[in-house]
Amino acid sequence: MEINLLTVIYLLASVKFIIGLKMLSNPAAARKGNLVAAAGMSVAILGTIFLYKDEEGNSLHNYSWIFAAIIIGAVAGTMAAKKVKMTAMPEMVSVFNGMGGACAALISIVEFNHLFGTNYGFIKCPDCAARLHAHNFYLLEFIIIFAGLIIGSVSFAGSMIAWGKLNGKVKDRSFKNQHLFNMLLLLAILALSVYNVGFELRSMSLFNFAGALFYLTLFLSLLYGIFFVLPIGGADMPVVISLLNSFTGVAAACGGFLYDNKVMLTGGILVGAAGTLLTILMCKAMNRSLKNVLIGNFGGAATIAAQAG
Amino acid sequence: MSSFLSWIHVHQEYIYIVILMIFLGIEIIGRVPSVLHTPLMSGANAIHGVVIIGAIIVMGKAETDNYTALVLGFLAVILGTLNVVGGFVVTDRMLEMFKKKK
Repeated sequence: MEINLLTVIYLLASVKFIIGLKMLSNPAAARKGNLVAAAGMSVAILGTIFLYKDEEGNSLHNYSWIFAAIIIGAVAGTMAAKKVKMTAMPEMVSVFNGMGGACAALISIVEFNHLFGTNYGFIKCPDCAARLHAHNFYLLEFIIIFAGLIIGSVSFAGSMIAWGKLNGKVKDRSFKNQHLFNMLLLLAILALSVYNVGFELRSMSLFNFAGALFYLTLFLSLLYGIFFVLPIGGADMPVVISLLNSFTGVAAACGGFLYDNKVMLTGGILVGAAGTLLTILMCKAMNRSLKNVLIGNFGGAATIAAQAG
Repeated sequence: MSSFLSWIHVHQEYIYIVILMIFLGIEIIGRVPSVLHTPLMSGANAIHGVVIIGAIIVMGKAETDNYTALVLGFLAVILGTLNVVGGFVVTDRMLEMFKKKK
C-alpha cells in the first residue's frame, strides 16, 4: 500500500517538474512555475522519507540524522539565498549547483563501499566475488556508480571555480597546451574507470586495488573540473554554470538508475536535456558558439578583446 | 550480442524514459525568451536537487554502526537540501525582481 502510494507521489512530482519547467520558460507564469516545481520536490522528499521501502520491505531508519541534516541544509540554504545581493545571484546558483554535484559524488562513494564491502580503502574482501555474483546487474550498477562519481565531482569542482571567478577570487589562468593536458586528464579518468569496471570481467585477484583506483578517479575528476573551468573567461561564466548545471542533472539521473527511482531519473534527465539546450541558447544570445566559449580563450583572449574593442 | 539485446530488453523502461525526457526537456524550453535564461537556469538547478532523494535513501539504509556511511550520507543530505532549498529561493527572488522591473 505504502509503496504504491509512493509510486503515485513520484509520478505526481515528475509531472510537476515538467509543468514547472515549462512555466519557467514563460515570463507571465515563471514565478508560479517555480512554486509548482518546489511543491513537487517537497512531496517527493516527504514521500521518500516516510514511505520508502527497500527490496526486502524495510523502511528507512536513522530518522534523527536525516531530519537534522535537512534542517541544517534548509536553514543555511534559505539564509544564503535571502542574504545574497541581486548582482551576486549567478554565483549563488553556481554554489548550489556545486552542492548538488557533490551530493551525487558522495552517493557514489557510499554505494561503492557498500557494493564492495570494503572499509573505505585497501582492505581485502574475501566474499566480494560471491557478493557481486549475487547482484544480477552488478556491472551496470558499477558503471553508473562511476558515472555519478565522475560527473558529480567535475560539476562540483567546476562550480566552485566558477563561483570564485564570479566574485573575483579566482583569476583566469591558462598554460601552454592546456587543451592537450585537459584531454589527457579526461582520457586518464575514462581509462581508469574502464579498467576498474573491467574487474568483474577479469579475475577477482585485483580487488585490493579497487578502492585505491576509485579514489584516484575521484581525485582526477576534481582536478579535471578545476582545469576545465580555469581558462574560461569570467564573462562567460553564466554559460559554463548552465553547462555544469546540466552535468549535475545527468549525475542525479545516475542516482535514479542506481536506486530504481523514476523521479530522480525523470528530473535528472529533464534538467540534463533542458540545461544543454539552455547552454546553447545562452551562447546564441551572446552571438557565439559553445565551442568558442569553451576553448576560444586559449591564447585568444587578446583577439576577442580586440574584436570587441 | 544476445546479452546486449537482453540487457536492452530488461532495461527498456529506463531507456524509454531517458529518450522521452531528452526530447521533452528540449521541447519545453525551446522558446524561452533571453531575459528568462538566468532564472530558468536557476530553476533547473533547483530541480536537479532531486538527487537529495538518493542521499536520503543512502542515509536511511546505512547501518547504525557504519559511521563513515552515516557521516558521508549526512553530508550528502545537507548538500542536497542546500541545492533544493537555496535553488528555489534564489529563483523566486530573481523572478520577484523581474516583476518589479516591469
